[in-house]
Amino acid sequence: MNPAATTVVLFAPVAVPLITAAVFAATRRRDLTAWAGLLSPATILAGGITLAVTVTRHGPVATGNRLLRADALTAWMLLVVGAVATLACAAGPAYLAHERAAGHTDKSGTRRYNMLVHAFLGAMCAAVLAANLGVLWVAIEATTIVTAFLVGHRRTRASVEAAWKYVVICSAGIALAFLGTVLIYYAARQAGISEASALDWPTLAAHADRLDPDVTRLGMALIVIGFGAKAGLVPLHAWLPDAHSQAPAPVSALMSGVLLAVSFTAVLRYKVIADAAVGPEFTRILLATAALLTLALAASVLLGQRDYKRMLAYSSMEHMALIALGAAIGSPLAIAAVLLHIAGHGLAKTVAFTSSGHILHLQRTTRIGRVRALLTRAPGLGAAFALAVLALLGLPPFSLFASELGIVRAGFAAGMGWPTAIALLLVLTAFAALAARTARMLLGAVPDTPAAPLRPARLGAAGLPLAVGLAACAALGITTWPLTRLLTDAAAIIGGH
Amino acid sequence: MSDSAYTQLLDLACGAFLLAAVVVLWRRDLATAVRVFALQGLALAAVAALLGAHEHRWDLLAVAAGIGVLRAWALPALMRRALAAGGEARESQPLVNVTASLLTAAALTLLAYAVSRPLVALNPTPATRALPVGLAVALIGFFILVTRRRALSQVVGFLLLDNGITAVAFLAASGVPLIVELGVSFDVLLAVLVLRILTTRMRAVFGHTDIDDLRELHD
Repeated sequence: MNPAATTVVLFAPVAVPLITAAVFAATRRRDLTAWAGLLSPATILAGGITLAVTVTRHGPVATGNRLLRADALTAWMLLVVGAVATLACAAGPAYLAHERAAGHTDKSGTRRYNMLVHAFLGAMCAAVLAANLGVLWVAIEATTIVTAFLVGHRRTRASVEAAWKYVVICSAGIALAFLGTVLIYYAARQAGISEASALDWPTLAAHADRLDPDVTRLGMALIVIGFGAKAGLVPLHAWLPDAHSQAPAPVSALMSGVLLAVSFTAVLRYKVIADAAVGPEFTRILLATAALLTLALAASVLLGQRDYKRMLAYSSMEHMALIALGAAIGSPLAIAAVLLHIAGHGLAKTVAFTSSGHILHLQRTTRIGRVRALLTRAPGLGAAFALAVLALLGLPPFSLFASELGIVRAGFAAGMGWPTAIALLLVLTAFAALAARTARMLLGAVPDTPAAPLRPARLGAAGLPLAVGLAACAALGITTWPLTRLLTDAAAIIGGH
Repeated sequence: MSDSAYTQLLDLACGAFLLAAVVVLWRRDLATAVRVFALQGLALAAVAALLGAHEHRWDLLAVAAGIGVLRAWALPALMRRALAAGGEARESQPLVNVTASLLTAAALTLLAYAVSRPLVALNPTPATRALPVGLAVALIGFFILVTRRRALSQVVGFLLLDNGITAVAFLAASGVPLIVELGVSFDVLLAVLVLRILTTRMRAVFGHTDIDDLRELHD
């Protein structure tokens, strides 16, 4: 690819969503058509595909004075962000129409929603594409700022509370990650790396063995806690269930499906540096501890969960914990499974959250106990929700089955039998809880109320994104073609040491 | 500037920086806290300016000026406005009383010195020797963030945390690259703006800004 084309392909996934956001902000007179919102996800997806082809053939590309850079991991994450964003943005207009009909939002609320969602996508793509670790930090903090008002969209007591906790906990957590970044920068400067390159990831990764081990250890611990906060890992996870349950359904899908994973990719990038500087044991212990504690917490809370949006939020924590465990194992197989898990979880969780939004509109409650016989009342919606939960439970043919199996196999092969066995036990607990709660929502007899005659609610066109998401998740579970090469390359970047 | 004068001025600025954090912890009056926070911003700008003058880096002087404008003027002005709109100028009952808070601050400062020994050992210069001060302020900020009950006190805690980290960046490596510094400052400014708007909304729906009453959401 020539330099000009590289610049366009690397800048477009950041610039187009930001421009779309600006257009939504500037257009006061009339609503933009609903499909205008699909332009930026489509750009991200197209950018991901182009980069996937380029980097598997010619290796990493960079532009803008090493500001933006793409390797196989970038292309993979960009594809996941693009796919999830397409599904979430396609579900947006139907969600907003319902909210307006119910009087929860108005015209300016809709405009603000669209503007913030696209700014959020732009910030997320900047985080994925950033070559400079400082810029990566700035982009991830920007996602917190942009999504704060999406979490607090409804302005009720609950949503203001969720937004406050979200901004305070995430900003403080991510501030710790910045302290970690500063320490790594200090170590790099002392190792003789110039000011301009001392936060440049490829340079750091290449010269990581020269970094001072003690300083790097301190920095890495702060990085895992800090970016772990945005990825929903213990100890700074308390914002996650609140924010994910209060945000509008498509935004919950984006936050849970990709934002957690994008923050975790930052940890993966630092892992390469820390492994070279202090050996893999240190990061392995940090990540495995965080993973098992998160898993234990998520599983125990899932057992008593009464709210289905919070149930999905804790299931996100469970899956992020599995991803962290895979990263702790760190072999190429484990990292490939982690990346596949990120993609599968993103797709399945998007479908689950989007259908939870439809369920909320249908039933006007998020209490599990008040939803009954969903499969009879709304067969299409019930089936989509059921299949999404089956995918999240890790059943075949969905890709989460293959990736969980991969993580477990890699865990036993790498001599991490005990942590993996404990994790399996906790996953089984979460499995039972999630399955029982979902079955209660889906099955059962429709209560006899003469006022409401039984007419199954139809999903219509709103069902299309759900079906596409489930199909994509199942297809990834059957074969990773044509992405196999990209997945192997991306896994080699993190796990190839 | 002679080396000993540089060291003494740097230590003086760092001392004022740490003292400001302790005063914020000690006083419950939010207006005082904001005023002291502005002074702390000046101390931080002075640290950056001293480093710039010592290393003959004029770009650092510009960064110092920027930090002064943001942390000694813009952020305190934002906080003062939020205070004027609110009227709840006192921290009601912090979770930890003043004596215990001050003792904790002393313990946190010792912890900062213990933790940063490898950082100082890597490159012992007058600047890195003062580095534990930045870490101590960050820890005190975190402590304020978790123990205070007014929304605005939490914001002050967050800002102290951020000041501390910026100080560490300057003392360890004369600051992060300019583009990162700009991005970070912009993010902090926006985060505080967002928190200010959320405080207004909190007052609108709850009637006050006591964090203890945020208990709609639980499992």
